[in-house]
Amino acid sequence: MKLAYWMYAGPAHIGTLRVASSFKNVHAIMHAPLGDDYFNVMRSMLERERNFTPVTTSVVDRNVLARGSQEKVVDNITRKDAEEHPDLIVLTPTCTSSILQEDLQNFVERAQLDAKGDVILADVNHYRVNELQAGDRTLQQIVQFYTDKARKRGELPTEKTATPSVNILGISTLGFHNQHDCTELKRLMADLGITVNAVLPEGASVHEIKNLSRAWFNLVPYRELGLMSATYLQEQFNQPYVDITPMGVVETARCLRQIQKVLNEQGAAVDYEAFIEEQTLHVSQAAWFSRSIDCQNLTGKKAVVFGDNTHAAAMTKILAREMGIRVVLAGTYCKADADWFREQVVDFCDEVLVSDDNGAIGDAIARLEPAAIFGTQMERHVGKRLDIPCGVIAAPIHIQNFPIGYKPFMGYEGTNQITDLVYNSFTLGMEDHLLEIFGGHDTKESITKGISAESDLGWSKDGLTELNKIPGFVRGKVKRNTEKFARDRGIEQITAEVLYAAKEAVGA
Amino acid sequence: MTLATPQPQALNFDCETGNYHTFCPISCVAWLYQKIEDSFFLVIGTKTCGYFLQNAMGVMIFAEPRYAMAELEEGDISAQLNDYEELKRLCTQIKRDRNPSVIVWIGTCTTEIIKMDLEGLAPKLEQEVGIPIVVARANGLDYAFTQGEDTVLAAMAHRCPSKAPVADTEKEERNAISRLLNFGRKQEDVKAEESEYADHPPLVLFGSLPDPVVTQLTLELKKQGIKVSGWLPAKRFTELPVIEEGTYVVGVNPFLSHTATTLMRRRKCTLINAPFPIGPDGTRAWIEKICSVFNIQPKGLAEREQQVWASLEDYLQLIRGKSVFFMGDNLLEISLARFLVRCGMTVSEIGIPYMDKRYQKAELALLEQTCHEMGVPLPNIVEKPDNYNQLQRINDSHPDLVITGMAHANPLEARGINTKWSVEFTFAQIHGFTNARDILELVTRPLRRNNSLKDLGWSKLVKDEAKV
Repeated sequence: MKLAYWMYAGPAHIGTLRVASSFKNVHAIMHAPLGDDYFNVMRSMLERERNFTPVTTSVVDRNVLARGSQEKVVDNITRKDAEEHPDLIVLTPTCTSSILQEDLQNFVERAQLDAKGDVILADVNHYRVNELQAGDRTLQQIVQFYTDKARKRGELPTEKTATPSVNILGISTLGFHNQHDCTELKRLMADLGITVNAVLPEGASVHEIKNLSRAWFNLVPYRELGLMSATYLQEQFNQPYVDITPMGVVETARCLRQIQKVLNEQGAAVDYEAFIEEQTLHVSQAAWFSRSIDCQNLTGKKAVVFGDNTHAAAMTKILAREMGIRVVLAGTYCKADADWFREQVVDFCDEVLVSDDNGAIGDAIARLEPAAIFGTQMERHVGKRLDIPCGVIAAPIHIQNFPIGYKPFMGYEGTNQITDLVYNSFTLGMEDHLLEIFGGHDTKESITKGISAESDLGWSKDGLTELNKIPGFVRGKVKRNTEKFARDRGIEQITAEVLYAAKEAVGA
Repeated sequence: MTLATPQPQALNFDCETGNYHTFCPISCVAWLYQKIEDSFFLVIGTKTCGYFLQNAMGVMIFAEPRYAMAELEEGDISAQLNDYEELKRLCTQIKRDRNPSVIVWIGTCTTEIIKMDLEGLAPKLEQEVGIPIVVARANGLDYAFTQGEDTVLAAMAHRCPSKAPVADTEKEERNAISRLLNFGRKQEDVKAEESEYADHPPLVLFGSLPDPVVTQLTLELKKQGIKVSGWLPAKRFTELPVIEEGTYVVGVNPFLSHTATTLMRRRKCTLINAPFPIGPDGTRAWIEKICSVFNIQPKGLAEREQQVWASLEDYLQLIRGKSVFFMGDNLLEISLARFLVRCGMTVSEIGIPYMDKRYQKAELALLEQTCHEMGVPLPNIVEKPDNYNQLQRINDSHPDLVITGMAHANPLEARGINTKWSVEFTFAQIHGFTNARDILELVTRPLRRNNSLKDLGWSKLVKDEAKV
């Protein structure tokens, strides 16, 4: 048993349903108790989806528990098959119903006798994998199912497309800015003269799967979803894949150079260097921002990064390499893939943290007192408490992660968006610098309230006066530092002298 | 409805036993941990349960969280780990970190399926840890959404003291609440206040309501000379009301049938079966029923109800003659339907996850009476509805408003059908005379929205022929 207050990744069935419901004309049947079907709420509310979520719960209640659920599940599959004629029905249990250890594969086979569409059971261990791993596995399972089916029927194409083409794997519903990333990647591919053969799973029909091997390569932008499918396609068709996340100016260029290499190995003669240079220096504003005086003032500021592997690794690299910001801690909650993460960020940060315990991250942030956090909604919450700004860079998704406007994280427009996010997260940016010079503008605000209640330390009148002179946005931090300084030295009364001694001690 | 169909004379009940969506009963944690300020709720379940509370309910944990998951892992499911030792470890940690007055264990579907004997473990662990442990089996196998509150209150009913703590000098003090209320006041004042009340047996109200509504309802009863001895739940676990044999109890929520049964059977209380205090009509009927049980002649209720109706007139004009369809979610459906019929609406269907005809007897009777008085057809009541079938019926009848769970709201709106989330009625303050306006504020919002957008032609926002 684990005492848990917060979860970074959802349960396995959420991953399966994200993949299944991303496809066009695929229906999922959940074998689950009442209330486990909140996926429908998430999709309808968070993603503001206009269509009914193609997920139906075959309700497990006390009666079903007593009698066994076979008839009910089979009836629900065949009923949905008749009602909506989906190409594929994916059956999945949840953590709860998987304990019943019913022979769901057998239900699927029985339902398949009557159903006109295909029926499969999502093959996932609900206690060993989380949402991300299950989604990756389900996508691979569906790809394999339709590849095998086409092979049996002799429908697999043998030729590649005439000109370079790509499958973009891993775009899904309820993914962090996935829709916008997808649009940006499609534009990027168009700029490079690469045809998009398929995007999986979002908006795809399962009938497209048999034609995946026509593409020259697979692009896997997210570490968490699509890699298993890409590996499978490589084994089956010797189809190469590029799994460098095109996030940030440097990594986008690295991704494009890898694509160039993969294409040229297959006989194309593409050269993207001019494109990369033009985009980097003149189209994207990110490189210019890095060079601008604004960003100069961010040099050496401390930041904590935390998120899924894809976003946390990419942000760490961007902050450290492209903006000169000191990443004091880079962390991921993707424990299953931690080695990859360490290898990616080890050269760009002081400390690596692999944990899915929000308390551990919260404590680390409190200890490190960074100038900004780039994390999930949870870290944003921690930041609010500690008065540290936080830019949200990763799932778990929240309604705020589905902005109406165009806000990709990938490609060259993504670099602009990330720059804005970083700049707006650090307090005041330029203004910070001016305040240091001119001594602040909000010195009137009272801070005596609450001080004596919060700590056993006393502030003398002149100490408080001095504290009041410090600009509001760093005052809390100075106060905490000074109190720590005083406590460490057994000082009970904080005077102006103590304040300045503390300031000197931390080298501020 | 065609002319050939005879108007039904009595309410018709169907049970579709279909596939329907509603929230899991563990959602009660979201409001109960806020209501009971010294509590800690421990939901013993899987990642699926935890992610629900976090993402679908949007229950954010705060600096000092008062609810948590005891997340069951593979070792717990396969019984390799000892449940007692595991729960002891967690509860000890909770005691150390938060020191609550009570830990409420919320059992889930998973604890049911693996047959974890929570009721058996709790008494021993309670002794060892030194904090009361209340066990509520708020699982989705047996219950829906708001019934989670029912399981918690039924469990807490066992913990209500049966005798007032003896106070030597002040015999009048029946319980901790009144002592708190009277704290610091002079003896004579308290006595004078006591005399405002009629002489009647103790009355305890059950149902979790926000504190301002608790005060409002308590004062409405006081106006009739009725003294509320306490509420289940109280603001603090340590202030649970005294329940003696013969205490009268009355519910404020329609989903509390197990609590009612527990109070009657196990605590030998007398249940006052009244309509629920939702809408001015329901509130009046609720008070009148309590008065009649205590042989008190109600004063000024008709005028009070009339005043409220008059103040609602601007909203009533928007909904008179309009139709409403309840897909069924939070078990407040019958009471809301009854109120909306009184407002002049027609109700074609009331979906409801669970219908206890005995506990809701007075409410059902009032619904029937209201329909007859208003001259509108009786609604069809569909227990455990099938959402797919309901969507076909909505498509056919095109109601002016659909009150629905969150999963269907946006897709229906995209097809030009007005919706209101049923869950808003769960969280809004809807009880009593003063809050009737809040109900109509919610009900009329989509209609008012339509008025502001009506000239834009944006009613249908899906491309294909609405495939419901």
